[in-house]
Amino acid sequence: MSIKKKKKLSPTQQEYQQFAQAREPKRPILSNCIKAFFVGGLICTFGQVLQMFFIKYFHFSTESSGNPEVAVIIIITVILTGLGVFDHIAQFAGAGTVVPITGFANTIASASIEHRTEGYVLGVGGNMFKIAGPVIVFGVFSAFVVSLVVISLRALGVM
Amino acid sequence: MLKGHQTWVFETKPTIIASAAVGGPYEANGPLASDFDLLHGDIRLGQDSFEKAEQKLQEQACETAIKKANLKKEDIQFLFGGDLINQIVPSSFSARTLSIPFLGLYGACSTSMEGLSLASLLVESKFAKNALVCVSSHNAASEKQYRYPTEYGSQKPPTAQWTVTGSGAALVADQGEGPKVTASTIGRVIDMGLSDPFNMGAAMAPAAVDTIEAHFRDLGRDPSYYDLIATGDLGRVGHRIAGDLLKKHGLNIPEELLTDCGLLIYSKDQPVVLAGGSGCGCCAVTTFGHFLNRMRKGELKKILVVATGALLSPMSYQQKESIPAIAHAVSIEI
Repeated sequence: MSIKKKKKLSPTQQEYQQFAQAREPKRPILSNCIKAFFVGGLICTFGQVLQMFFIKYFHFSTESSGNPEVAVIIIITVILTGLGVFDHIAQFAGAGTVVPITGFANTIASASIEHRTEGYVLGVGGNMFKIAGPVIVFGVFSAFVVSLVVISLRALGVM
Repeated sequence: MLKGHQTWVFETKPTIIASAAVGGPYEANGPLASDFDLLHGDIRLGQDSFEKAEQKLQEQACETAIKKANLKKEDIQFLFGGDLINQIVPSSFSARTLSIPFLGLYGACSTSMEGLSLASLLVESKFAKNALVCVSSHNAASEKQYRYPTEYGSQKPPTAQWTVTGSGAALVADQGEGPKVTASTIGRVIDMGLSDPFNMGAAMAPAAVDTIEAHFRDLGRDPSYYDLIATGDLGRVGHRIAGDLLKKHGLNIPEELLTDCGLLIYSKDQPVVLAGGSGCGCCAVTTFGHFLNRMRKGELKKILVVATGALLSPMSYQQKESIPAIAHAVSIEI
């Protein structure tokens, strides 16, 4: 708990929170990390195999083979999400499924399925990026800031 | 009659002449499955939305309770209903189907005992011969509203709870056979400044303790008066905290006496439920199904049910507000 947050609490509240915290199970961080490492690693290995497959049999270049590979992983994720399996895998894997493209695909697919009942425009269209939206907004904004820095450095002749 | 600060004692002893519990697939796999009147394998109940499925749960619970009492819905004078969905639409919509004079309630997961208290009060005051209480929760509908989409893959911490898909109904009348409502303690809103919606047990435990203490203080009773004291949906985390907090406050309730509906409804080998059950339906189906059945069989004579509710909204949480909690206790005797 941050100090700022703590200041707002009364002594009784602070005492209770310490009392409660001592009796709460902690997040199993170490085992979560290990699971995430192996599941995430497995997904990426599978991606690598797919890439090699596209290079060997479909004559993609090393750079362009990433595109069909990502598409295949997205399709698999969306199907697993639709079948209601993905959230159970994710409860086990944690960051292992969130960090690769699987996490991003799942946010969009799950939100679309969830809000289908409110119609295609306001439901699916309006809520599809409910969770993925902030990622895109801040991703694009960060890219913008970084490119401004690069342009300025180039103009100054540093780079 | 008011006794002490916040306890109603019902002298005419309003009787629960019938009760019903309807559940979903996870409840069907739990240890209380045999206490349900109706269990559904499909979380959507064949409806096209989760919200409609919840409405259906309520309609079925009400219809089953009315049928068990050998009455028709025209014979029911008032209906108290509540759930967790915005503007309590499942309750209002099922009241539309039933067309019984309706009062909608919101007390988060404490609504079951709030409704039972009010129904008993209505019967006690002779403003009604009978009143029906029906509350529900639906796992997917609640997740959708309070947290993330159902199929979204986020890892929940071990303190998180699983919203029960189910609806419980109880019919309270001025005469008849069955367990009797003898007293109700109306709780205060307690806020200990916790703000983690994945740890509601810890947020609600102080409210449960406050109401339990008030109940025994107002009535001058000892915990040994009861065969069972059950909190609503504190889960594993909140149950442990509440037990220790009661001891700290000098109220010694033996461990075998104090239990929690959120612990009873699921078994330990159902890993997705994490810390246990929650939601309006949790306390409702456990009380109106399991506990009342055990009372009718004679296994329990006097019970105290303390339904706990976390009074947060998705917006209040995003605005960094803490989670206030409430608990209402109802004493049922046979």
